[in-house]
Amino acid sequence: MSKKIKHSIPTDNEIILGVLNNSSSTLQYLYKAYYPMILQLIINNSGTEHDAKDIYQESIIILHDKIKSGDFELTSKLKTFIYSVCRRLWLKKLSHKSRFSEDIKDYEDHFEVESDLAHHEEKDQQFLLMSDALSQLGEPCKTIIEDFYIHGKSMQLICEKFGYTNSDNAKTQKYKCLQRLKKLFFNLK
Amino acid sequence: MKSEIDLIKRIEAYYYQEMAAEEVIAFEAERKADADLDRKVIAHLDFLKTLKSFGDVQALRLAMNRFHDELDVQSLVDEYKEVPTLLSVLWAKYRKNLAVAATVAIFATLITLFSTGQFNADEHGSNYSELKRDMENIKRSQTDLIKNINTSKQTKDIIQYSGTGFALSSNGYLVTNYHVIKDADSVYVQNNKGESFKVETLYIDPEFDIAVLHINDGNFKDLAAVPYTFKKTNSDLGEDVYTIGYPKDDVVYGKGYLSSFTGFGGDSIAYQISIPVNPGNSGGPLMDARGNVIGVVSGKQTQADGAAFAVKSGFLLKAINSISQDSLKQKIIINKKNTLAGLNRTQQIKKMQDYIFMVKVYN
Repeated sequence: MSKKIKHSIPTDNEIILGVLNNSSSTLQYLYKAYYPMILQLIINNSGTEHDAKDIYQESIIILHDKIKSGDFELTSKLKTFIYSVCRRLWLKKLSHKSRFSEDIKDYEDHFEVESDLAHHEEKDQQFLLMSDALSQLGEPCKTIIEDFYIHGKSMQLICEKFGYTNSDNAKTQKYKCLQRLKKLFFNLK
Repeated sequence: MKSEIDLIKRIEAYYYQEMAAEEVIAFEAERKADADLDRKVIAHLDFLKTLKSFGDVQALRLAMNRFHDELDVQSLVDEYKEVPTLLSVLWAKYRKNLAVAATVAIFATLITLFSTGQFNADEHGSNYSELKRDMENIKRSQTDLIKNINTSKQTKDIIQYSGTGFALSSNGYLVTNYHVIKDADSVYVQNNKGESFKVETLYIDPEFDIAVLHINDGNFKDLAAVPYTFKKTNSDLGEDVYTIGYPKDDVVYGKGYLSSFTGFGGDSIAYQISIPVNPGNSGGPLMDARGNVIGVVSGKQTQADGAAFAVKSGFLLKAINSISQDSLKQKIIINKKNTLAGLNRTQQIKKMQDYIFMVKVYN
């Protein structure tokens, strides 16, 4: 009986494999498994459950990115990694709020995650720019770009969706849109 | 503008592998030749990558929000939120007020102390700490009232001390302080008429600072009956006391009162007395107004005014009782009949003088 229960809980390695394979159920498991831990950390260190959600999702994005980039070596438990990242993020936020850095009440082991965070911050900055650039792009460019470059839809589908007479026209439109997006993105930068 | 779109077209055709083979070769050769072009290609591909991962993260966020909605956050909050105790709530709430109140209190105290001159009374303070630090020194400074009568140059190598002693009984037993005769080679006593007798040390009690001597000299004739008695119980604070001793070659009378039940540093063996005593008074009797011996003058504290000490008579008697009477040639008979009680002070002193000796120590 106990074996069965054990089997139903994915190991850290299984979670990493699942993330690599874009398994939605793994992600769901991962998300639900460690949220309470972070909730406990944040709400007992002068944060709200909304802070906890933001911080936690941030840490999952970092973990996700790290796994996807392929350079993730499992040197600690996933749990410890997530806790360390959240702890660091929350300390940063606290020190933004008040000028002196406060002592934090800890619940788990943790280690230094500074380099991961630096990388993430840089990316986050770009994502913000991208989000701004996309919203300034306007329709139908935004949807065309999202459909093709993000969701990987074929030009054929896009052609039909927007009623272009031939795919060359659609392609030209797409390139024009992309060029404008680039301009917006780099100008914002 | 046009050329840029063309470039994007070429890059994407290259990236999505929609190029013909010879076109790919041509494009790669062009990139190699033109560093600027190469940089543009890389920048564009980077941009596409950023765009893609931006989309991925957005998708991830959406998914996470979906998972999040499935959680019962409120019950988790209830479970994990640490409820602060009443005390910590009050502390958090009134911490600032408390700090202000404490500061005010401290300042008020300081100002009060300052204005009442407590800070200026630093003699009191520094003396107090010195007392603590220099226990050893003060112990030493509890000057043993032995007078150094280093009289002449030729006797320089013979160090002479003197103290006082008084008769215990008429048959030649005397008492003085242990510290007077300590390390002595020979001890003599001299009465008020100037006659000297050799004495032997019969008994010492370093703890009570008591020594019992016996006049061991053929010239000595037994004294008349001792006029004073020894008080067994403690005397009262404020009682009039006096002593007779030899701080100089002639007998000196000193008068004072009993000021404390304990001696130096709380020593319960001795009384503290306020009486003018000087080196040489050690071993003298401490008398009360009715002519009872209530102690043996033993020392004083140099750094305090009017603080001298005397071993209580109770301990003197204790010391005498511990002498084995069988070993003595003559018994020590402690006088029980007081013949001084009714007399006035001058008559008391007159009668006592014969029983008080200067103790001379040679070593």
